[in-house]
Amino acid sequence: MKFSYWHTSIIATTLLLAIPLAVVVANVFVPAGEVWRHLAATVLQDYIVNSLLLMFGVAIGSLILGVGSAWLVSVTEFPGRKYFEWALLLPMAIPAYIIAYTYTGMLDFAGPVQSSLRELTGWGYGDYWFPEIRSLGGAAVMLSLVLYPYIYLLARAAFLSQSLCVLEVSRSLGNGPWCTFFHVGLPLARPAIVAGLSLVLMETLADYGTVQYFGVSTFTTGIFRTWYGLDNAPAAAQLAAMLLLFVVVLVTLERISRRQSRYYNTGKRTQPLQRLKLVGRGRVAASLFCFAILLSGFLLPAAQLASWAINTYQTMIDARFVTLFFNTLELAAISTALALVIALLLNYGRRLQPTRGIRFAVRAAGLGYAIPGTVIAIGVVIPFGWFDNTLDSWMRAQFDVSTGLLLSGTIAALVFAYMVRFLAVSLHAVESGLERITPSMDEAARAMGEKPLGILGRIHIPMLKGSLITALLLVFVDVLKELPATLILRPFNFNTLAVRAYELASDERLADSSTAALAIVVAGLVPVILLSRSLSKTRSFAK
Amino acid sequence: MSRFGVVFAALAGFCSSLYSTVAVASPEVNLYSARKEALIQPLLEKFTADTGIKVNLVTGKADALLKRLKSEGRNSPADVLLTTDAGRLHRAKAAGVTKAFNSVLINSVVPASYRDADNHWVGLSVRSRPILYVKDRVKPAELSTYEALSGAKWKQRICIRSSSNIYNQSLIASMIAANGVAETEAWAKALVANMARPPKGGDRDQIKAAAAGQCDIAIANTYYLAGMLNSSDEDQKRAAQKMGVFWPNQAGRGAHVNISGAALTRYSKNADNAIKLIEFLASEKAQQWYAEVNGEYPVLGAVTVGETLKAWGEFKADALNVGKLGELNSEAVMLMDRAGWK
Repeated sequence: MKFSYWHTSIIATTLLLAIPLAVVVANVFVPAGEVWRHLAATVLQDYIVNSLLLMFGVAIGSLILGVGSAWLVSVTEFPGRKYFEWALLLPMAIPAYIIAYTYTGMLDFAGPVQSSLRELTGWGYGDYWFPEIRSLGGAAVMLSLVLYPYIYLLARAAFLSQSLCVLEVSRSLGNGPWCTFFHVGLPLARPAIVAGLSLVLMETLADYGTVQYFGVSTFTTGIFRTWYGLDNAPAAAQLAAMLLLFVVVLVTLERISRRQSRYYNTGKRTQPLQRLKLVGRGRVAASLFCFAILLSGFLLPAAQLASWAINTYQTMIDARFVTLFFNTLELAAISTALALVIALLLNYGRRLQPTRGIRFAVRAAGLGYAIPGTVIAIGVVIPFGWFDNTLDSWMRAQFDVSTGLLLSGTIAALVFAYMVRFLAVSLHAVESGLERITPSMDEAARAMGEKPLGILGRIHIPMLKGSLITALLLVFVDVLKELPATLILRPFNFNTLAVRAYELASDERLADSSTAALAIVVAGLVPVILLSRSLSKTRSFAK
Repeated sequence: MSRFGVVFAALAGFCSSLYSTVAVASPEVNLYSARKEALIQPLLEKFTADTGIKVNLVTGKADALLKRLKSEGRNSPADVLLTTDAGRLHRAKAAGVTKAFNSVLINSVVPASYRDADNHWVGLSVRSRPILYVKDRVKPAELSTYEALSGAKWKQRICIRSSSNIYNQSLIASMIAANGVAETEAWAKALVANMARPPKGGDRDQIKAAAAGQCDIAIANTYYLAGMLNSSDEDQKRAAQKMGVFWPNQAGRGAHVNISGAALTRYSKNADNAIKLIEFLASEKAQQWYAEVNGEYPVLGAVTVGETLKAWGEFKADALNVGKLGELNSEAVMLMDRAGWK
């Protein structure tokens, strides 16, 4: 084996990352007593049905929003397109539970919309029908609104890098724009869209804040209810293992469905695409469609946050707040860089040596995304505590020196948890880019005597720039928003914006939490704008 | 590529700046707190100003902090665990991560029902969960006990949050302690039938829904009502002003209360400072702060409470030892599952 160091480092990395999941799965063998009979008799069915319905709803919603808008801004021209191109990324800077709070504030029975409706008409409770925001459907809408950018981002990168010749051919053969979309653009972008969708669905499964606030019982709320309420950690872990099974089935189905296909195109020349200039009603419809998404996914909730923050920001912004802001940025930056390096290592290693073992290891490394952050964090706390204490005992026995806690309660433990949780994001982004690079490039470079690392550095990374930027952006924003693992694993006197926003919001002080929530949005905006600008420069037809 | 190089160099710089560990020179005490930062930090600052002892803080969910404490074992840096309900203190004791401490001061001022029998933990503030009613639709004379809320006259008139909430769990636990499982389950079924809507949102949401006319009765902790009354948001204030506080079961066991409290950890390395901190949190000064800032009731009967709390009058609290709420907690959750309480 000439390049066995790839093999070794990949297996080592994935084994390390698999520890927290292994801790969860190990609980399957711990007897949980009577609790399962109780769960099965009362609430388990609700958990399963609601989780499936929620996934279904979010899949439909985010596909329509994400793929539709990505196609429009990539290949057509309509008023405002240049702005929508980056603005459509903005909703992903808003944590799902925050958008849930803002919409509830607006649309709930006691909120301003329904209250003024009642004042105008003199109706009382029960006299009229109004969609209930805090419901399963409402949760699906909320999650779709903040999660569709995953699909949008990956799909847009795919549409932009599609050989324009292919689209031109389709058009010159007399296919209309719709036909080109459904028969050429969409199928070719499928790996990217599916990668985005699986991120969306995993995030949906892991969501706790939104469904809990809306009173929807899903697997995640069930895990915490079983753990906190019934005080039965093994049964809670077994529920989490079931959740993991959901994801494994999902991922496997997806793999099987496209086993035979290849998605790279071999066109040698790409030409500037004549964007399809929309006219008449299509023009207006495209603008309206994108604007509606932006309005409901970002402008309205941000305006609601701002209107709360106006009254409270003075008491909320102090010296500590500034530290908070920079803590958050640092954590996000470190984790983002590390996630990118690991994703490149794993994906590229798999490209070099697509053995069964490596393919499986890389696949497994991405599963953490669907597991609620708290569960991951517990999966980190237990083995790290064990390691620290074992080492400490050994050192005491051998050298009479106490090493104390080396890893527990450090930033390192936190960053490790982020890797387990978010690696899927960068893995998928890099993978969908790498799949579009034809292997004949590698072969040609190898034939000319280039080494694998050289190929990676001189051919793939430059070609992958768009995907890498996407990966950076997604992980960065995800870490900014991350809450539960941060809460459990962080060191003393160390807070992040998400922690601050959540603490106040969960204490039902929404107005006070809005300043921190807005700061998350702002911190997320900067990279969104910077990176989407450089992303639009990487279009194959830009020059 | 050069731009990437710059980015990575910058990140490497960030990394090295992060490894600043907690200093050990001056006297200090380490706190794992389920009380949110905003509801404890100001008190800790007062403590540091008074004693010169530095307090290091991590906040989080009680069960997660408990897990962390347990995993860290004898090397855990934590000295004090602060929780917002008695059940978690009971759990911490059962998990073997706490130890007894003897404070003459605490034993003399904190009533026995708010303390652990073996002195592993002590209550620091009282959180009451009475019946709140809309003043222009319900007369106080119509109300009597929690038990009476299962009556047919309250059909579609009650707002209460999900059974996943700890304060509902402890309310049911207190009813199991008083009336037994079978009777409480029948009551819970009837209560579910009387709910104006499926449970959703937090305690403030129940109050808002009642004020807006969706229901006539809300069951919520009083400090949420106090928070709304003192809110800068006019809508919240107006909603809260429509509500009256009714103290149920005054002829019987008294209104349901839970506590926020503190335990000393088993492997505390700063136990003296830790006890000083706990004693400070039980002091009159701190007790007044809970009442003024967060509308919680003091554990010491003698402490004067703020205007908001005074207006609701004095009440008789359930004298059940709050540790019992922890013992019955999972029983309560299963009961609510069976009753169809979402």
